[in-house]
Amino acid sequence: MTSTLDAPRTAPRPAGVKRPPRASRLRGTLLGSVLTYLALCLLAAVCLIPFYMLLRNALMTTPEVTSTDWQWLPGALHWENFTGLFDNPERPFGRSLMNSLIIAVVTAPVATLFASMAGYALARIAVPGRAVVLALIVGTLMIPQAVTFLPTFVVVGSMGGVNTMWGLIAPGLFNAFAVVLFRSFYLSFPAEIEEAGRLDGLSHLGVYRRLILPNSTTMIASLGALSFIDAWNSFLWPLMIGQDPNSWTVQIALSSFLTSQTVDLPELFAGTVVAILPLVIMFLVAQRHIVQGIAMSGLKS
Amino acid sequence: MTATDTPPLHTDAVPPAPAAAPRRRRLSERRAKILAFAVLTAPMLIGLGIFRYVAIGWSFLLSFSEARRTIALGDWVGLDNYQQLLSDERFRGSLTMIVLFTALIVPLTFAASLGLAVLVNRVRRGRAFFRTAFLLPAAVSYVAAAMIWKMSLFSGVPSGLANTLGALFGADPTPWIQTQSPPLYWIVLVTLRLWLQVGLYMILFIAGLQSIPRHLYEAAELDGAGPWRTFRSITFPMLRNTSVAILLLMLIAALQAFDEFYTIFSTGASLGSEPVRTPLMHLYGVALQDQDYGVGSAGAFLLTLLIVLVTLLQGRILGFARDKD
Repeated sequence: MTSTLDAPRTAPRPAGVKRPPRASRLRGTLLGSVLTYLALCLLAAVCLIPFYMLLRNALMTTPEVTSTDWQWLPGALHWENFTGLFDNPERPFGRSLMNSLIIAVVTAPVATLFASMAGYALARIAVPGRAVVLALIVGTLMIPQAVTFLPTFVVVGSMGGVNTMWGLIAPGLFNAFAVVLFRSFYLSFPAEIEEAGRLDGLSHLGVYRRLILPNSTTMIASLGALSFIDAWNSFLWPLMIGQDPNSWTVQIALSSFLTSQTVDLPELFAGTVVAILPLVIMFLVAQRHIVQGIAMSGLKS
Repeated sequence: MTATDTPPLHTDAVPPAPAAAPRRRRLSERRAKILAFAVLTAPMLIGLGIFRYVAIGWSFLLSFSEARRTIALGDWVGLDNYQQLLSDERFRGSLTMIVLFTALIVPLTFAASLGLAVLVNRVRRGRAFFRTAFLLPAAVSYVAAAMIWKMSLFSGVPSGLANTLGALFGADPTPWIQTQSPPLYWIVLVTLRLWLQVGLYMILFIAGLQSIPRHLYEAAELDGAGPWRTFRSITFPMLRNTSVAILLLMLIAALQAFDEFYTIFSTGASLGSEPVRTPLMHLYGVALQDQDYGVGSAGAFLLTLLIVLVTLLQGRILGFARDKD
């Protein structure tokens, strides 16, 4: 952190550069903040364009979508695009939504609990060999995630996991990175709580279950939210394991729109809306936790 | 995180039995500790053991064996699988492709997310709104974004958004995704990933910005430093650790690109004939279509090697920079 000391030293202006008069500086900051807002509004609008296009198209008819005459809004709101999604026997969209929901709802809490358990033990229960266990867990982080997909497929395939729910879920339950995050969280946990619990006759597991877990809720919410997002948006793994349409996830069902003979465009966009809606709502409602989770996991790496 | 919401301790717990021999008590206490440790770490260790250690070990052995339509070991072929892949022009092409893509998307995303973070961090009012607006794309999956990009924004038909805008300036409709020379599809790929990721990294940069002590800025202001000078002399150096971490995340993510490439280029085309493929797409084809797990495994390790090399290179370059100051 030498730069802490260096930075002020570089700040003095070189000799000969005169300090701007006060009034113009004030005007400068005012102009600056107007420009900042202008730039931000413009960029935010650009960022939201894809959402707008998606919604617009999802509520239009095919001729409206493909028309070369630009239309800002659909002539009438065609909600039937959404209901049409669910009665195509070739593409079990409802089933795939259900599959994605089950996968995410199981993965988020279970994966977070496993990571919290291991993180707590590694931080707070001193046993011989603890460093070895930590090294074994951290060691898996050295290998890039997407590269493990084929090895994992070999193992899950040999255990008969293709086209099964457990095959889709199981490999995603073990997040070594979350263990590291939980461990550093528990390392800075006040020791008094555990001591009080021990004095009250709680076992180690009792302390964890009754005192530690209830006091880790923000951490669990943040990492659980990220885990839910990953599970919902994951593509490569369900693509390999869910080969039968009945074990498709919503992402696979969505991509199947592009392989079908005739593409019903409004329905494709309606399907995209349905696929992203749960997470968009989650981002709007639980943004605090998500932001915290992102900041935590990003900066620890 | 306070202890105030702790549930009341159960008062009916059995008090610890008075130990006859303290030595034995210490022993059983030790055993209890080990047991608790084992119970708490068992799920993670078993899971990682099966899905990481066994999987990667098995795959490593497969990469040295002839394994078509089988995952049984035994038919050892040495380095043949590696040789076959490296002499495969399409695999080599995919490696070149992904390195180019990474070299393009990483600096762009870095600059854009840092710029957004500085802008958002500067405003007082409406900060939450802007943060939400830029973060919202991160909720969208690559597949969903690929749908919007391929079928609406950059669709080749005249009604696509890019072509509609182009028509305002008298341009003819362009098949953005199909055009290989000049490679217009790069615009599609880069804007998609930029849109999807910029908010995530912006959050990380904002967290980094907020950890810079305020007094540095006050000192700079007293010295009359302008915004650009302040950014260069204070903000950027102080963000060093954040930047290194973010760069690493971006590199690893870009080198493993799959979802949007596959969705845009592979669906519809028969596999193996898509014009643009990433290494991961190639491996997916080898493993799932040809069911050649030996060559597929070899590819997984070659890709790992590439990622490790790039991250080491990044570490070296930035490590040298650190030595200087």
